[in-house]
Amino acid sequence: MSNYLKVSLSPHIHSKDDTGKLMKGVIIALIPALIASVYYFGLGAIIVTLTSVAACVVFEYAIQKYLLKGPVTITDGSAVVTGLLLAFNVPSNLPVLIIILGALVSIGIGKMSFGGLGNNPFNPALVGRVFLLISFPVQMTTWPVPSGFKTGYADAVTGATPLGIIKEGLRNGETIPQLMNQVPDHMQLFYGYMGGSMGEVAAAALILGLIYMLFRKIITWHIPVSIIVTIAIFTGILWLINPSQYADPLFHLLTGGVMLGAIFMATDYVTSPMVPKAMLIYGAGIGILTVVIRIFGAYPEGVSFAILIMNAFVPLMNAYIKPGRFGKEVKNG
Amino acid sequence: MLKTFPTGGVHPPENKLTAGCKIEILPPPKSVVIPVSQHLGAPAVPVVNKGDKVLAGQLIAKAAGFISANIHSSVSGKVLKIDSHTDTSGYKQTAIFIDVEGDEWVPEIVNGSDPVKEIKLSPEEIVQKCLDSGIVGLGGATFPTHVKLKVPAGKKCDLLIINGVECEPFLTSDHRLMLEKGEEIITGTRIIMKALGVEKAVIGVENNKQDAISLLERLAGKNGDISVQALKVKYPQGGEKQLIKAVTGREVPSGKLPLDVGVIVQNAGTAYAVYEAVQKNKPLVERVVTVTGKTLSRPGNYLVRIGTPVSALIEAAGGLPDNAVKIISGGPMMGKAIGNTQVPVVKGMSGLVVFSGGETERKQYGPCIRCSKCISVCPMGLEPYLLMALSQKVLYEKAGENRITDCIECGSCSFICPAYRPLLDYIRLGKSAVVKMKREKSMK
Repeated sequence: MSNYLKVSLSPHIHSKDDTGKLMKGVIIALIPALIASVYYFGLGAIIVTLTSVAACVVFEYAIQKYLLKGPVTITDGSAVVTGLLLAFNVPSNLPVLIIILGALVSIGIGKMSFGGLGNNPFNPALVGRVFLLISFPVQMTTWPVPSGFKTGYADAVTGATPLGIIKEGLRNGETIPQLMNQVPDHMQLFYGYMGGSMGEVAAAALILGLIYMLFRKIITWHIPVSIIVTIAIFTGILWLINPSQYADPLFHLLTGGVMLGAIFMATDYVTSPMVPKAMLIYGAGIGILTVVIRIFGAYPEGVSFAILIMNAFVPLMNAYIKPGRFGKEVKNG
Repeated sequence: MLKTFPTGGVHPPENKLTAGCKIEILPPPKSVVIPVSQHLGAPAVPVVNKGDKVLAGQLIAKAAGFISANIHSSVSGKVLKIDSHTDTSGYKQTAIFIDVEGDEWVPEIVNGSDPVKEIKLSPEEIVQKCLDSGIVGLGGATFPTHVKLKVPAGKKCDLLIINGVECEPFLTSDHRLMLEKGEEIITGTRIIMKALGVEKAVIGVENNKQDAISLLERLAGKNGDISVQALKVKYPQGGEKQLIKAVTGREVPSGKLPLDVGVIVQNAGTAYAVYEAVQKNKPLVERVVTVTGKTLSRPGNYLVRIGTPVSALIEAAGGLPDNAVKIISGGPMMGKAIGNTQVPVVKGMSGLVVFSGGETERKQYGPCIRCSKCISVCPMGLEPYLLMALSQKVLYEKAGENRITDCIECGSCSFICPAYRPLLDYIRLGKSAVVKMKREKSMK
């Protein structure tokens, strides 16, 4: 016989969907929001994105090749996703050096120090983002406001985010109905016409990405839906109790990082729970913490912190919340 | 309404290339190798000696104990030797080698194809006939049928399910059998019902075999004793527990048998074999094997004598292509890759799938990215990623607590894993260790 036959264990076929394809899917899902950012913030959005992605990939390559002296896996696309998400979470006029520092923290501390892909407990992009927020509070909260396509970078027109306006106004004794006149209306918020981190503003574009990821079965509905529903219920109750002190639920959903966080940050495979039941609890936790920080905390926005805090509970949830086993109940007819 | 099982499952490409190929009868080869262990349980004990003349259908090895099965010669000729051979799994096993001379059958066997509907035997006689004829489950597990037909005291069976799901990609032997021997399968089903003393039987068939569903529905008639349940296509629906859940909604508890929820499942091919044994006195000496693969020039379904070398089947299907890299006995999800083409056809061999080039490549695996796809496809509600990690770390106690022994080894987790992790390989390792551990504990 001329052929040597291979012998291996079953199964002998594979779905052919690999890690790289999933990451590519996430990148495709991020494209509408990226286009929206460029539309609102101009060239700055492109510079921030390219810097962040390039820095993340280069750092991952350098750490794997020269520090760990192991295999280089930048082609799996996970560093690109981290780079994109980091860029989406910072203002579009952030100095390039600060972005590079953020990328180093994201990849170096957030991901590689724990053993690389699959082993990091916290979302790497958020680790980088929160590091920057605490280290460079001024630069990280100088928000450009949309003013058509611009080629300028550092000279962007800046202003407060809607959440910042509300927080500041309430502190000064103004009421929600008065403050609502100072922020864009809900339709503008939906399309993203507001100040904020470059990738978080356009809820419409982010939702397009969600639909794509659900369609491609890259993620399931559990995490985004539980976050959104929890925030809507929590803020809805407060709003019904006292509409002069608490903004309406839709305002909360469309502002700040809720959509970006619920759709792209909290759903990060590595740092989210494995079982649907746990995903719902995790999402509800993020929703509650976000509202608590926004309304009762010092920061106007709390999605990043809420996700990082819930990330910390994921190993616990994975250990104790088990999938519905087959053969538990006996339904003898 | 289409039914299916609710937990997990995958949709591999169906690739039923041979669904339209009529069953072809393959003449007996020059010599056959008939292993004495083609079933679950104790190997049979040879009752012939070197040099003996045997007829087709003659008993050549006798069941050794209750959970064992008789073996019959599939050809007429002379016993060349009783020696060891390499089986489908690559192990050495005892087999009876027979040189073929002519094609003479034991006289009591009726070799005609006109269906006999009337069932004359009593339930006890039917069970005895299955034992005598060496009938085993033909779906792959090859559990001796006579054992399954005896409902132990204290247990109650109220439903027979005939498994015509054939959820493995590529395989079509049950499909063709249902189309071409529908009448016989219906009668076989009634024989098994009589043996079990049940009033109702459901034939479960996936919706990709519409022709078989409508034919069997028509043949089953309006008696109401046998119905056909169309099922939504989803792998592993042919798994016993999954099929019971899909058809009845009952869940077989962990570590229990279908009988604990009042159900017995038999494969459609087994129903045909039971028919042949009871109505035609014909022991299990031949079966339908699908020989398929995208690079074979003449894939098809062949009725072949047990003991025929695999090479003869592949020759019939147009010969092994030059770029062939793997031959699988069974389907691509659960089948075994065979190491050489001299392996004989055995009772449990439902198909041969020839893979070429990249179709079956196993890529270098990467780290687990915790996408949880393995959990969402597991039909038993297990956590394959965790079971693999525990098996790797030799934490068998913990793997047992996480119900590693519930794994039915369907391979859905390894199929779906985007990091190409060999989940099932490690789970098998852990599972066998846990089973051994439990056995030792119970012996103490």
